[in-house]
Amino acid sequence: MEMKPFTRVVLGLVCLLVAIWLVAPTLVVVPMSFNENKSLAFPPQGFSWQWYQNFFTNPDWTSSFLNSLKVASIVAVLATVLGTLAAFGLDRMRARPANMLRMLMLTPMVVPGVVLAIGIYAVYLDAHLVGTLTGFVLAHTILALPFVLIAVSANLEVFDRRLETAAASLGAGALTTFRTVTLPLILPGMLSGLLFAFATSFDEIVVSLFITNPYLKTLPVQIYSSITRDADPTVAAVGTILLCATTLLIGGGMLLLGRERKGRP
Amino acid sequence: MSALEPTTPSASKRAGWAWRPFALTAPALLLLVAVLGYPLLTIVLRSLSEPQWGAQNYVWFFGTPVNLTVLQRTFVISAWVTAVCVICAYPYAYLMTAVGPRVRLALVLCVLIPFWVSGVVRTLSWVILLQDSGVINSLLRSAGFDGVRLIRTQTGVVIGMAQVLLPFMILPLYSVMRGIDLRLMRAAQSLGARPLRAFFTVYLPLSLPGVYAGAIIVFILALGFYITPALLGGPRSTMLSTLVQTQVLSLLQWGRGGAMGVVLLVTTFVLLALAAPVMRSRHREAGRR
Repeated sequence: MEMKPFTRVVLGLVCLLVAIWLVAPTLVVVPMSFNENKSLAFPPQGFSWQWYQNFFTNPDWTSSFLNSLKVASIVAVLATVLGTLAAFGLDRMRARPANMLRMLMLTPMVVPGVVLAIGIYAVYLDAHLVGTLTGFVLAHTILALPFVLIAVSANLEVFDRRLETAAASLGAGALTTFRTVTLPLILPGMLSGLLFAFATSFDEIVVSLFITNPYLKTLPVQIYSSITRDADPTVAAVGTILLCATTLLIGGGMLLLGRERKGRP
Repeated sequence: MSALEPTTPSASKRAGWAWRPFALTAPALLLLVAVLGYPLLTIVLRSLSEPQWGAQNYVWFFGTPVNLTVLQRTFVISAWVTAVCVICAYPYAYLMTAVGPRVRLALVLCVLIPFWVSGVVRTLSWVILLQDSGVINSLLRSAGFDGVRLIRTQTGVVIGMAQVLLPFMILPLYSVMRGIDLRLMRAAQSLGARPLRAFFTVYLPLSLPGVYAGAIIVFILALGFYITPALLGGPRSTMLSTLVQTQVLSLLQWGRGGAMGVVLLVTTFVLLALAAPVMRSRHREAGRR
């Protein structure tokens, strides 16, 4: 569609503002993390590494960080296994029951966080699961499951099942067929599901706030309580570290993908 | 596929495995029942049985003006957030379809970057930006708007929430706009329509399914927001989620908190049910394309 130069400029400006609005809050923690004073007033004063030092030495921060890593890793594996199995099941079902079950399995995405949180909290109080690794893993897995299901299902939709028939007709057993034909083809979906599941768990805050206790805190819970307690720039340092880690991961992934694509004819 | 199946040699064997798809979904379903179904059922039961059996908690909820104010405010804030998201996302998604691949990649990155940082940290950023001595307030002050308060106000909550939810509006909108044939616009203009008229009669109606889809997602997610209003809002911008949390954690009123939770849950599902036909027709159209 031809646009008048004026329209083009206005559109560009509006979008630039929206882009700044989207990105700026992500970056504002970076300068804050080098603040010399213990305050979150902007602009920050001076320069120091003390908040990074605090993050790596204060047991409150290190233990919550390690807890989050532990929980998110287990959740990622568990949700990927359960989600992939379910995606396969749904793919091989008749349309009607499959659609109903799929809707059911996607509900964790739309249930308001606090409602789910008080429900899980009520059940966990009775089952003595508050502040336990099992409790965190189970709750986060439920929330991560839809993402794996969506990713693997999308992959299965374009998966040509005649390939499996072909492998079987060439004499491959069910397991061999799965390992040599099916698995490599749905691996991208599983991997992105794994990544989403990890991120969901690592970032989960609402349910975590309810099922946490002083003995087991995850990183978002620690960040939240730090924000509500006092103006501690360690939070900004954590944010900056997370930002750098994700950027490295995604950047590395994109480079790898780009190289792979270039390598192929 | 199904037409082929009876002729394949393994068909009889497969019939015997008919239960297998259900078995594959069983572990996930079991977990879902235990950690989602059972807890939600518990909340519904508690809302009806604590302190004694009956509808007293619902009578209390709908009979207390404060609760109704908060319920109304939750809807108003969500509506504002949805409106802000639609207005900001529309030109943005349109631009994504109109530029070359390089600029598009940059625009997509800008949408995805907010997801790179943890949600709590992002809310902290908004606390920093919106505080009374913050950047936005000093900018406003130098522009002559003195005494504008953003943090602990409804405006602040809307700004913060809309930024978090904007990607959920941009992405569905973009996926619909990408499929619109721009030659239709040229056809309309060649038939004598001015660009603005061509936009309103041709482009806008074709893009509406994307607007609906995004708006529904944003509105439903906004209804249940908890962290952002809790950190950015004040007592006069409390949303329903915060009220639920107060009843349960601070006052130990499981019945009342549960009733509020059930109201929130039912509202969400009713909205989803109302939206389902729209979403489905959109799917069908996408499939036809």
